[in-house]
Amino acid sequence: MEFLPQVIFLLLLSASGFFITKSILRIRRNILLGRDINRYDRPGERLKMMTLVALGQKKMFKRPLPAILHLFVYVGFIIINIEVLEIIIDGLFGTHRIFAPVFKGLYPSLINIFEFLAISVLVSCAIFLVRRNIIKVKRFDGEEMKRWPKLDANIILSIEIFLMICFLSMNTSDGILQTRGSEHYIATGDFFFTGFLKPLFNGLDNSELIFIERFGWWAHIIGILAFAMYVFTDSKHLHIFIAFPNTYFSKLDPAGRLSNMPEVTKEVKLMLNLPVDAGNDNAAPGRFGAKDVQDLTWKNLMEAYSCTECGRCTSQCPANLTGKKLSPRKIMMDTRDRLEEVGRNIEEKGKDHQDGKSLLGDYITVEEIMACTTCNACVEACPVNIDPVSIILQLRRFKIMEESQAPASWNGMFSNIENNFAPWKFSPSDRLNWVQKLNQ
Amino acid sequence: MSENMINVPTMADLAAKGLTPEILFWVGCAGSFDERAKSITAAFVKILNKLSVNFAVLGTEESCTGEPAKRAGNEFLFQVQAVSNIEVMNAYGIKKIVTACPHCFNTIKNEYPELGGNYEVLHHSEFLQQLINEGKIKLQGGGEFKGKKITYHDSCYLGRSNNIYEAPRKVLEILDAELVEMKRSRTKGLCCGAGGAQMFKEPEPGFKDINIERTEEAIETGAKVIAAACPFCMTMLSDGVKNKEKESDIKVYDIAELIAKYEGL
Repeated sequence: MEFLPQVIFLLLLSASGFFITKSILRIRRNILLGRDINRYDRPGERLKMMTLVALGQKKMFKRPLPAILHLFVYVGFIIINIEVLEIIIDGLFGTHRIFAPVFKGLYPSLINIFEFLAISVLVSCAIFLVRRNIIKVKRFDGEEMKRWPKLDANIILSIEIFLMICFLSMNTSDGILQTRGSEHYIATGDFFFTGFLKPLFNGLDNSELIFIERFGWWAHIIGILAFAMYVFTDSKHLHIFIAFPNTYFSKLDPAGRLSNMPEVTKEVKLMLNLPVDAGNDNAAPGRFGAKDVQDLTWKNLMEAYSCTECGRCTSQCPANLTGKKLSPRKIMMDTRDRLEEVGRNIEEKGKDHQDGKSLLGDYITVEEIMACTTCNACVEACPVNIDPVSIILQLRRFKIMEESQAPASWNGMFSNIENNFAPWKFSPSDRLNWVQKLNQ
Repeated sequence: MSENMINVPTMADLAAKGLTPEILFWVGCAGSFDERAKSITAAFVKILNKLSVNFAVLGTEESCTGEPAKRAGNEFLFQVQAVSNIEVMNAYGIKKIVTACPHCFNTIKNEYPELGGNYEVLHHSEFLQQLINEGKIKLQGGGEFKGKKITYHDSCYLGRSNNIYEAPRKVLEILDAELVEMKRSRTKGLCCGAGGAQMFKEPEPGFKDINIERTEEAIETGAKVIAAACPFCMTMLSDGVKNKEKESDIKVYDIAELIAKYEGL
């Protein structure tokens, strides 16, 4: 029975590890349903992009207040992991604060840093909750932000607050137990921040304090394991991991360069009686543009998983700002929802199952994609370099090239370009008539 | 032809004489056909002419870059246009292109290389800035814009698409005017509403047109001149000013027109 806590701990750790591994493989499989695209070139530039944007939070700082609060939560998350490592070792070997003898006099300073961050995380998350639910910051609202996405955000913030409360009450009771010379609670030196909380717990006897300390310890680690599993289910919180590969594989070209379709080039050159490059034969055209998630690139799909639904894109979108249905955030959320659905179909009904649904039509409407001005404001605004314009363009290509369903005025523009070599109906022979303006 | 007549050589004229110009001025469809944009073309050519820049145009051999077709999703039509234009330009051995249209600029610069068209491409704002840097256009003091409030509207296809934010502003500095920024500018600049082939269709239902929203921001600055660097933005903002019934006191000019006016051309 002596080892029971350790056995339970090991089981919990293994179960969550198993679940997380399975989830990562599922997400990876879903992302790889997308078309191939080469994003393996220029590793130096990519590393730099990832360091600046994901690690360095560069684009977050366009909005300083949320950026600082987010930085606290982010740094808190990373640094407190050192504490989690200690908890895991203690949990497996039945030790207590194994790092104290290792770090000796530095240990309290280390804990003080954790405690400072824990308080910062707690305060930041509380402010975030207020911004979402009381002040109701506009960008957290919107058609796509009802139900699950709204609940998801509140769950994440509440869990983080709960974890920090566990951590702080654990340290407070531990600190008191240390001064009382309780067995097992070795003296590590005073903890600065939870020192202020001691009066709250001073009236309790040792067994009550041990209960609080143990409860805090277990709840903290179980909470973290549960949260880690939660992140990989259907939560926007996945961004904490996937933002790194997502920024690494960013589009490095100028934002204005929209993807080329090499499979079209051969047809065009044959039509114009031009020599066709020999190497161009391998491009067997499947479907022009994208109707469903499998027609998009794996990078588009990775981006869908990277979206944390912050709405910075939508708040900058000229179409959305003037009341059109387009919301770049919804484009990303729909892509992810549809991808998850396709993934579930594969698991439950086999990989060739067709459910008769598609991203364009069942999730994203034509009205939405037609409203995009390709101005790249959404791309510029995204803190993790997501490119909704790329998806919108591919959906438009399907609508135009496969279904020939363009708005009538676009069809007019197309036929003007085809016949008059300008989007307007002017005679090509009049192209130089502007010269008359010069000498008026 | 009188002596003051400005001559616009075409590539074909020059090729017949065995000459190659330093620069191809890519006029673009708006610059060739749109009444308002034709004035921008004329202003820019007057500047080129005054500074004796060795340039030519393609004239009737020029054709739509295919940009609106590509953005509308018609990649096939885009590539037909692009490949044909590249054939023509490569046949003339063109190395350097200047254009006053950010849409043509972006497409030729960024999307033609993959189809075999590799040129040095400059937007006229960059080209004018070079002329200023070289001392060919000088700050003379005075002029009709001195001290006047001017606000510059960032074209998406210059700004966010190609990181060109400073060149047009540097060009405007020569006017000795008071440059005022709109609430949303540079990386956060608001689109005029024309990009992505929106120029060629009615907007989707909403509570406002994008160009009205942007024009209101421009009017809020108190500027009497809205400076644009794109023929599509020019159309959208001019329509916006008309919609607000401000056309008698607020003028929309292209940066080339402002420089031409400043130079007395």
